[in-house]
Amino acid sequence: MSKVYIALQDNDESRYIIEAIEEDNPDATVIHHPAMIRIENENSLIVKRETVEEKMGRDWNVQELHLNLITLGGNVDEDDDQLSLSWNV
Amino acid sequence: MTIEIKTSTLEPVRNTFANIERRFGDKPASRYQEATYDLQAETNFHYRPLWQPEFELNDKNRTKIVMEDWYALKDPRQFYYGAYVQQRAKMQEAAESSYGFFEKRNLADYLSDDVKNLLITYLIPLRHIENTANLNNMYGCAFGYGTAITQALLYNAMDRLGIAQYLSRIGLMLDGNTGQSLIESKQHWMENPAWQGMRALCEEMTTVEDWFEVVLAQNLVMDTLIFNLFYEQLDGKLAAMGGRDIAMLTEFMQAWNKDVSKWFDSVLKTVVSESDENKALLHAWTEKWQAKTLEALRPVTHELLEPAALDQAVAELEKRIKKAGITA
Amino acid sequence: MSAKKLNLKDKYRLLTRDLDWEYSYADRKKAFPYEEFEGIKITDWSKWEDPFRLTMDAYWKYQAEKEKKLYAIFDAFAQNNGHLNVTDARYVNAIKIFLTGVSPLEYQAYQGYAHVGRQFGGAGARVACQMQSIDELRHVQTQIHAMSHYNKYFDGFQDWTHMHDRVWYLSVPKSFFDDARSAGPFEFLIAISFSFEYVLTNLLFVPFMSGAAHNGDMATCTFGFSAQSDEARHMTLGLEIIKFLLEQHEDNVPIVQKWIDKWFWRGTRLLSIVAMMMDYMLPNKVMSWKEAWEVYFEEAGGALFKDLARYGIRMPKFVETTEKEKEHISHQAWWIFYNYGHAAGFHTWIPSDEELDWLSEKYPDTFDKYYRPRWELARKMEAEGKRFYSQALPQLCTTCQIPMGFTEMDDPTQIAYRSSDYEGEKYHFCSDGCKHIFDEEPEKYVQSWLPVHQIYQGNCGGASVEEVLRDYYKLNLGADNLDIKGSPDEQRWKEWKGVA
Repeated sequence: MSKVYIALQDNDESRYIIEAIEEDNPDATVIHHPAMIRIENENSLIVKRETVEEKMGRDWNVQELHLNLITLGGNVDEDDDQLSLSWNV
Repeated sequence: MTIEIKTSTLEPVRNTFANIERRFGDKPASRYQEATYDLQAETNFHYRPLWQPEFELNDKNRTKIVMEDWYALKDPRQFYYGAYVQQRAKMQEAAESSYGFFEKRNLADYLSDDVKNLLITYLIPLRHIENTANLNNMYGCAFGYGTAITQALLYNAMDRLGIAQYLSRIGLMLDGNTGQSLIESKQHWMENPAWQGMRALCEEMTTVEDWFEVVLAQNLVMDTLIFNLFYEQLDGKLAAMGGRDIAMLTEFMQAWNKDVSKWFDSVLKTVVSESDENKALLHAWTEKWQAKTLEALRPVTHELLEPAALDQAVAELEKRIKKAGITA
Repeated sequence: MSAKKLNLKDKYRLLTRDLDWEYSYADRKKAFPYEEFEGIKITDWSKWEDPFRLTMDAYWKYQAEKEKKLYAIFDAFAQNNGHLNVTDARYVNAIKIFLTGVSPLEYQAYQGYAHVGRQFGGAGARVACQMQSIDELRHVQTQIHAMSHYNKYFDGFQDWTHMHDRVWYLSVPKSFFDDARSAGPFEFLIAISFSFEYVLTNLLFVPFMSGAAHNGDMATCTFGFSAQSDEARHMTLGLEIIKFLLEQHEDNVPIVQKWIDKWFWRGTRLLSIVAMMMDYMLPNKVMSWKEAWEVYFEEAGGALFKDLARYGIRMPKFVETTEKEKEHISHQAWWIFYNYGHAAGFHTWIPSDEELDWLSEKYPDTFDKYYRPRWELARKMEAEGKRFYSQALPQLCTTCQIPMGFTEMDDPTQIAYRSSDYEGEKYHFCSDGCKHIFDEEPEKYVQSWLPVHQIYQGNCGGASVEEVLRDYYKLNLGADNLDIKGSPDEQRWKEWKGVA
């Protein structure tokens, strides 16, 4: 029972990314801070390229996440299709 | 009325930071100036480095070159981080469109086996030389003194990694993204007798202790010769063999070389004009590394280019040396 | 022929690590001489996992995009006199501490990562460090550019690099990073990438930058969040390096644990300045230091150490002390500065009634009992025209270099004193943690450039404190120091705002 988290700058692009994260991680909690949105989940969290592309209506490279990323916690695994965070439990 | 009062009281108290004012007077400063001068700690270090107890953390004595003010080595391009990445992003956008075009039109398919072989044997191995250039510029960045020179060396080091990656991508386009050409080209680098002098020289350079010496050996001597031989002169030969399209893929390197030469020539000129001792050191180092590099390049140049090629490259180097004022 | 698309991992390996080769002509140990002396055993660099796989072309592209956005905001901020939008003039003092205390650390990080980015024999780790080095240069430079506008309108920013090398409280952050950079390359990474970036940096940036946003400081908030986007990469590097070292050899485990213990404590001491900024210096509060500590260390750090337990790594030593300290540290730190406000390069003040109430609410177990009475007394004395400043120079902790003002955590009325004898001399510490660090490496910490000792030894110019402050520190006395009340900063602020 450990939480992984990701925080994004509060802007238009992030809104689509967060929508995608909420869809792919139905149990995740979204918390709004000044200028920042934090999403946490028990043990793991995934950001899928396909879902983000669907929400944005355009091609999206997983590495574009870095443009809006503020911080994250958990072991990172990134490839062409997704970025995932997890703790080994 | 209130608006008028507000504008009159909104006069700044000062124009810039005190260290910039001491150097350039009380006037608005450029972003390059504020982000460059006097950033590095000068005094009152707490502990000696465990790994070099004979020096302070920041120490002018890591080179024999002596400068009254290391911040004299300013960058004529005025690159601070933001200016640097934005300039390189423009260059990479152009390169990306060339690489994309080359890939989309399958231009590699129109290259003869001779051209492909030549690229794998002689051009792609340069990525290992760029890797060495990355190490040597990092060395200068880590052991150099003052932000003016060290930031420029870091930009240079990162550029070299970028160039090594572009060269690798040329290989990947030749082999259809299997990596086979990179394996072959590395074999040439490791085993082909023509390259062994250069490989030994690269290895030796990473053991040089004086940071300014290795930066000079790399950025003046080796680079002038390599860029002249393997980009300018080889370009001509490739065109004659029906490999003109390769020039699209090496345009980044050519444009880059022009950009950094401007910076490094200006650095050398400033160091030379500082003192006769500096000038004598630069002269001795240039002679030493010119002799070594020519020796190392002879076999590979002999196989690849016309007999006069090396002389032509040397003439280019001598022009730069003279321009910087490095004489006996 | 259609080309097989390489996946990110394979492509990155070919474009980065494969550039390296086994030396046959020169001695590789001479090219990479610092890998062994710390006792760390690396059996196979190729096991290194690249956390993020940014090639240089992508790096230039994305970073340029970030910079473009950032500088557009800086320009707009300056053109529209954005400094007028901050909550009140007190707020600006928090970012004075940032520029004089934190930005020079970004610079040292640039230097430190350049060093390890040259010295590591494994190309994967080396390139990751090089990228961090250039990112850190970005951070110091964007911070300067963000503060450049404030410097034109407020006192205390103007001589930040000169101050960092000399001023007493700035030796706290400076010695922290000097300590890391003077260590071997692996300790440097555990110190900065792991203990600082991964475990503690969120405490510096996230609540503080949210605080900037909450106090109308767009410039700081923007550079802060923009810098954090690089930080996510750096934190991941911190986690990768620790897993790599622990997986390479079991002999590495006790060495790494020792470094985690040391750097966790070093880091918490450094962050006491941030604690005070959050609780006392932000006119609009975001969260208390205690809350930030709970979210960003206890919860996030707890998950991390649980994850590392499988390697035999335990929570850092003295972590139980920090659980108590979160109730006290910010109050005690601000009190120290209130006492020495005449010798600081920023302004101090007594919290307002509203702020005292907020502190009572956030610290129900400690504030009313120990700290409110102090502030009420200070206010009474000030009202009677008896604002006091401590004239005696304080004794400093030899390790963290903070004046001895922190208390025993089980008895917050008792200042904590520890000491050790080494080669016939006595050395003083603020805590068990700092004493422990000294005892492990006394030969290092006896070298500390302790500002108060240096003043006594006559190494900081002038015979009087005033001369030291004015001539050696280059403070503009009467403008940079003392209370915000009656300062030129406050006077100008009132004129701009049209209040009497």
